[in-house]
Amino acid sequence: MIQFQYERASTAKAAVSALANNAKIIAGGTNLVDLMKRNVMAPAKLIDINSLPLRSIEQQNGKMIIGALALNSQVADDKLVLEKHPLLSKALNAGASAQIRNMATVGGNMMQRTRCSYFYDTALPCNKREPGSGCGALEGVNRMHAIFGTSDKCIAVHPSDMCVALVALDAIVVVSGPKGERRIPFDDFHRLPGSQPEKDNTLQKDELIISVEIPDNTFSKNCHYFKVRDRTSYAFALVSVAAALDLDGKNIKEARLAMGGVAHKPWRLKEAEKALAGKPATEETFRQAAEIAMQGAKAFKHNAFKLKLGPNVIVEALKNAAGLV
Amino acid sequence: MDKYKSDIKPEKEDHHESRRDFLKTSSILTAIAVAPATVAKAAEYNLGEKISAAFETTPVNLTVNGVKKQLAVEPRSTLLDVLREQLDLTGTKKGCDYGQCGACTVHVNGQRVLSCLSLAVMQEGKQVTTIEGLAKGDELHPMQKAFIKHDGFQCGYCTPGQIMSGIACINEGHADSKEDIKEFMSGNICRCGAYPNIVKAIQEVKNGGQRS
Repeated sequence: MIQFQYERASTAKAAVSALANNAKIIAGGTNLVDLMKRNVMAPAKLIDINSLPLRSIEQQNGKMIIGALALNSQVADDKLVLEKHPLLSKALNAGASAQIRNMATVGGNMMQRTRCSYFYDTALPCNKREPGSGCGALEGVNRMHAIFGTSDKCIAVHPSDMCVALVALDAIVVVSGPKGERRIPFDDFHRLPGSQPEKDNTLQKDELIISVEIPDNTFSKNCHYFKVRDRTSYAFALVSVAAALDLDGKNIKEARLAMGGVAHKPWRLKEAEKALAGKPATEETFRQAAEIAMQGAKAFKHNAFKLKLGPNVIVEALKNAAGLV
Repeated sequence: MDKYKSDIKPEKEDHHESRRDFLKTSSILTAIAVAPATVAKAAEYNLGEKISAAFETTPVNLTVNGVKKQLAVEPRSTLLDVLREQLDLTGTKKGCDYGQCGACTVHVNGQRVLSCLSLAVMQEGKQVTTIEGLAKGDELHPMQKAFIKHDGFQCGYCTPGQIMSGIACINEGHADSKEDIKEFMSGNICRCGAYPNIVKAIQEVKNGGQRS
């Protein structure tokens, strides 16, 4: 690991003002330390924000406010989260391992980098790691890669499970910068690669994530997170789906649907949600919505299986959410 | 065993001596680094090169297995490397060193974490428990006994991590069923495939009402 300076920030303001000249924020460090060991990232300075008071989970004024430093395991096991947003708890427990969830924070989970093997291997080209060097995955081993929103510069996927649940739940990201606080709808936080795959998200260089807010909803009874991966546990998603339904008897009043493992950002499926609203909660309805969800999907040499797997995972997730399984 | 030890002794000793010398130098120089007047004086004595090494270390206070430790660490040193290399607590194993195998699992403030992905400098004031801290004298921890009874290992390399993780799994309340244990122990890989016996050992401790 290349040497770096280490600083502990005692206030959010101090952390933000120290964020210059190749400095990086460190919280749990589960992804950043890994990337630094592999020389994929080499910050000149680390700013440790663990002493900031950003660990609480509170309910107020019709929304839940989760501090950016709340641990993944803390959120997954939180009584209030289990009662109001079980989808978030299920998604968190589908990610990483118990040890990593004890270290990883909510803000860090959002900021984690792709696990694309070309991004990780410094001997190979990657536009995300080294802009302009090319994309090794485009014509390479791209089994894990994206089928939505790709560009000719990058086909990597965002690896988070938590973020798939948060985008489905219409969460808001609260960030702090030199000009004060800014609120970003979750779907606008992560971005598609376009011509700048080095940018994972819309957080500015001098901003710090403070909290995530989840507005109250009516999905707690009928929700499911279904993740398909190469082994039963402790692996990144091939395809995952967060499904949430507001049911009136057997009819769907409102639906939320998002996918993981398929795009450079957690992939919200708004057209499919519209197709579900007002319909009976049956496998046929779910199958139709899944077809709509997959429109515009484009596979590469090794990930064409995701075109079949995707709609099947959507249908299973919805069946589980509706209690049909 | 004794023969084996004596065979490797010379190399090991050299290695240790040079490391100790380095640590001695760097901890003294850390003290120098925080006192500017002394630094200036050291510069007069042509200690420039050593002082630049000193600037690379940061003092950290830890409690390891109940014993307070004052250490000087490089910011890039992981907790795993400090435990093994500086404190000679080699029970905690380095498997992959990238957070994928769980062999390096220790408890920090009672929570199981991966010491290979934890920077030592970030553990200021924390309580660390390693596999060496479980037994009370000659009396093994119930989880250690259960691993022996149920043959929860073959080569034993992953075992310290499995045991630390297994204790935490029960304390977290994630050991109510075989399925739960398998899911919440998935961060500890055993290439010998002792999984069924590891699950049995954890179940026995859980059912015996034992906590750490």
